[in-house]
Amino acid sequence: MGNKQTIFTDEQLDAYQVRLVCVFYSRLHGRYHELAPHLVPMDYTNEPDCKLPLALIVNMPELKENPFRNRIVESFSEDGMGNLSFNEFVDMFSVLSEMAPRELKAIYAFKIYDFNVDNYLCKEDLEKTLNKLTKEELTPEEVQLVCEKAIEEADLDGDNKLSFADFENMITRAPDFLR
Amino acid sequence: MPRDSLITSEDDIDVGLDLAGEDEVFSSNEGHERERHRGKRRDGDGEKKKRKKRRRKGAHRAEEGEDEVQTRHERREREKRRRAKNDQEAKGRERDEEERVQTTSGKVAKTKKNIRNENTRRRVEEEEVEVEERLEKRKKKHGSAKKEEKKEDEGKQMVKEKEREVKKKKHKKVVETSSEQETSEEEDDKEEDSKDEEMRPECLTPEELEKLKEAVDERKKLIQSLRGKPWPMKKKLVTLRESQEFVEKYEGALGKGKGRKLYAYKVMMTKKWMKFQRDFENFKTACIPWEMKIKEIESHFGSSVASYFIFLRWMYGINMILFGLTFGLVMVPEALMGRPYGSMPRKTVPRSEETSAMDFAVLWDFGGYAQYSVLFYGFYNNQRAIGWLKFRMPLSYFLVGVGTVAYSYMVVIRTMARNANESGVGDDNSFNFSWKMFTSWDYLIGNPETADNKFASITTSFKEAILEEQESHKDDNIHLTRFLRVLANFLVLCCLAGSGYLIYFVVRRSQKFALDGLENHTWWERNEVNMVMSLLGMFCPMLFDVISTLENYHPRVALQWQLGRIFALFLGNLYTFIIALMDEINLKREEEKIVKFNITTWEASLYNGTISENSTAPSITINPADVPRGPCWETMVGQEFVRLIISDTMTTYITLLIGDFLRAVLVRFLNYCWCWDLEAGFPSYSEFDVSGNVLGLIFNQGMIWMGAFYAPCLPALNVLRLHVSMYLQCWAVMCCNVPQERVFKASGSNNFYMAMLLVILFLSTLPAIYTIVTIPPSFDCGPFSGKNRMFDVIHETLESDFPAWFSKVFSYASNPGLVLPFILLMVLAIYYLQSTSKSYRQANVELKKKLQTQNEENKKKNKRAALKAQMDLEEARKAASQAAEEQKNNNASLQGQEADEEENYVSSHRLYHGKNGRNPPPMNGDRQLLASRAPGPRTYHHGNHGASGYLPGFSEPRMCRVPSLQRH
Repeated sequence: MGNKQTIFTDEQLDAYQVRLVCVFYSRLHGRYHELAPHLVPMDYTNEPDCKLPLALIVNMPELKENPFRNRIVESFSEDGMGNLSFNEFVDMFSVLSEMAPRELKAIYAFKIYDFNVDNYLCKEDLEKTLNKLTKEELTPEEVQLVCEKAIEEADLDGDNKLSFADFENMITRAPDFLR
Repeated sequence: MPRDSLITSEDDIDVGLDLAGEDEVFSSNEGHERERHRGKRRDGDGEKKKRKKRRRKGAHRAEEGEDEVQTRHERREREKRRRAKNDQEAKGRERDEEERVQTTSGKVAKTKKNIRNENTRRRVEEEEVEVEERLEKRKKKHGSAKKEEKKEDEGKQMVKEKEREVKKKKHKKVVETSSEQETSEEEDDKEEDSKDEEMRPECLTPEELEKLKEAVDERKKLIQSLRGKPWPMKKKLVTLRESQEFVEKYEGALGKGKGRKLYAYKVMMTKKWMKFQRDFENFKTACIPWEMKIKEIESHFGSSVASYFIFLRWMYGINMILFGLTFGLVMVPEALMGRPYGSMPRKTVPRSEETSAMDFAVLWDFGGYAQYSVLFYGFYNNQRAIGWLKFRMPLSYFLVGVGTVAYSYMVVIRTMARNANESGVGDDNSFNFSWKMFTSWDYLIGNPETADNKFASITTSFKEAILEEQESHKDDNIHLTRFLRVLANFLVLCCLAGSGYLIYFVVRRSQKFALDGLENHTWWERNEVNMVMSLLGMFCPMLFDVISTLENYHPRVALQWQLGRIFALFLGNLYTFIIALMDEINLKREEEKIVKFNITTWEASLYNGTISENSTAPSITINPADVPRGPCWETMVGQEFVRLIISDTMTTYITLLIGDFLRAVLVRFLNYCWCWDLEAGFPSYSEFDVSGNVLGLIFNQGMIWMGAFYAPCLPALNVLRLHVSMYLQCWAVMCCNVPQERVFKASGSNNFYMAMLLVILFLSTLPAIYTIVTIPPSFDCGPFSGKNRMFDVIHETLESDFPAWFSKVFSYASNPGLVLPFILLMVLAIYYLQSTSKSYRQANVELKKKLQTQNEENKKKNKRAALKAQMDLEEARKAASQAAEEQKNNNASLQGQEADEEENYVSSHRLYHGKNGRNPPPMNGDRQLLASRAPGPRTYHHGNHGASGYLPGFSEPRMCRVPSLQRH
């Protein structure tokens, strides 16, 4: 454990409770450090305040192929610009891990799909989502049709945009949504 | 951690030594106790650390006022609970504490103690432990104090003394708190704790105990569910720490460490289990042959093309089993245990063919050595049992032949039933597009190639869904469509009838030519049938395709129509083939009769000759190659089938290479130097022809079923062919075809293909069964030679291998008087089952409809409710704005009064909230709403209750307070 103690104080590690998690935790920190060795100190004992910019995090192999990578990182960052502190970084991985419960995933999925951060999925959000999913291979009419259909299906209160309640109602019934 | 604990333990040992040096009088009992202290002290250590941590956290928290408030409140709560816990722990203990309280207050009742001496002794010891624990803690801080107290300890072990110590210590602690600010928090708690105990020595009611328990459980739950909270990590950590401390305190040290370890273990195991499950899933997918290839094709070409490949794979599985049956039960036993090659005439190449038997051309045609091998019917001997296993070869041959067909029927029917089941349930399509949009991306993808495939597949699936949607909303002129469809069907029927007549005509002509002798006719006349068939096969599907554009069907339906029409066309093909075959068989049988007659004369002459020449040596060995033999029509039939399969395979591959690959290459590279755009213009790349390929596959399988009885090697050949074509076609599709313009969704397990397969299976078993049942087998080749009919082998086995009663039973059972009623019964059962299933289906459909309408109704209701709510809101807003104006007027008049009372109100308000924090946490928007909603003109007292909007300065603190109170 000697290695860990140079990064975190004991209390800090203990704070992350389960001792087993320490291993994952410091490994995660290793990943974090790897992204920008000159920015992130190896010594976390005095809780330094450093953030990694979006461009670095997006290039991680886990996110590289994801069409929503920018949105993912942005929705986890406090400032909404995609700069992640280590805590937020850990946050992101804990939500994306398969151990995370479905409800949590639904909450963050909603945040990710909400491109213009207005707490509603409106048509523009859906269009953006669709274009990212298909690499803009559908014609505008098709995109229009799909978005309209999606809203029509999931919108329960008739305001032509999806609130979180609508979204949750829809996504918890999806067979493909990780259970 | 270990380093830390190591240090502590060393320290411990030091102290222990110290103690041992000083306290020689300690009894063993107390020594044991000390051991326990040590353990506890370690715990205390941890606690201390946590305390420090919390302190730090507290400093951190100091920035945020609300949290501070909350924690303080919480602490108070905790203390209360702890008190409860202590009380709960033991009644006796409680009494003890009472005692202590009494002692500390200076009223020592020595007599009492004497009376209860024995009883209290133990408790006191317990207390001692506690006392010493504190003592040790303090010792650590102040080495000097330790020694002093140790001396006291050494001197007296009386209870009274101890209690005095307690008092002393407490006193000291108070002093410490004043001097050492750092440790004050926890110590304070304890102090308060004990004070509280002093104040309220009476026990807690059961309800409070319950409450405490609930609170602990709640915290525990919180810890468990913390993962699922959408909070930032910082908040999670804070909450976790707090609730952990809480639980630790009230749960006691008992089982805590164990619980935590167990939790860690559990987490680890869940993780491992999940990983294992995922790996297992991957393994399972990896075990399905060609799954990846098919998925890749599906993602680029849509599910209709994929359905062909899935069908191909299914066919491959069937053929593997057929191959296993024939190979394991017929070919291998004969090759291993039967008589070797050259031992009898039927197993030897005749003298006339010997010279060319090894030529490649002959072998390619499955003549020569290939013909006289286990590959064909004629090679098998009619010996009843072969080898040391007494393997019943003819019986096995017959049963495998029958079993192949029976198994195929069973599998096809079962698959159809399963598919029908799956399609009957149907998937919930209420959120089709939304699900596609939000859940289709797989977040585990990290490989660029996979990602590309995923993009393609998502696009394809969207296109399919869009197509479905468009098709469902298409409403054209229904009369025109109907007319066009009738017209199209009429045209197709004409085509089919024409081609049918053509085939019939050509076959009749060729029969005439065959009777005349093929030598006096031209090449065209000889090959007329084949040419006509292949020409029809080439052009009719194109014609059908053109005609089907008239119909304007959904592409999936169109594909089915196309399949059905081509199927009908190919039936003609089958018909000609069977006719030709029957003609050939009849011809061979004529020939056989002549040969049979010739052989008897030949044998007679042979015997006559030998007898006359040498009467002492009757057995003259004749080389089996020289023995004259019959034509063996069974082998001939088998050969025909094998040749057909081979040529069919070759044509498929060659057309694939020329039609697809060469075309693609030309289009690709000639495009650089051509006058028009080849890729977009006329030739372009080819699309994958699903219908043609599926039909090819189905008819090929029909050939296998027909011929497998006479050529046991057929399934093996087919397996080979399917294997190769799987790879070849996968490659061809991916490299030289383009996706169809209208990608449509086809289920992977297509029942339409299965239905056609079933028809073909039925059609192909008919001639096979006909030949087996009606035509007597050849006299000198095959496992049934010498018998009147092939199925006589069953009789023979029954008579010779089974006890007499069994054959009797069998003969009774096969009595028509018994069989007919049985068949009748079966028919009745089928009818009954069918009608019940029909009614079930109807009920199902009805229920589905009901559900759907209910869903829609709900949706509408929701929408209406939402609309209404909106309207109400608007109205309320309007009313509120009016009210606000009126209020303003009121306010203006009452302002003087209000100013006096404001403070009064706020303090009372706060108190109110402090006591029962039941108010919902007001949010920003909500607060405005609340304010704006307040109806009607208000008097001064009214204003007091909903005044938050009017007293912005004072509403702020409440805002902070309420959420903090809300937490527990």
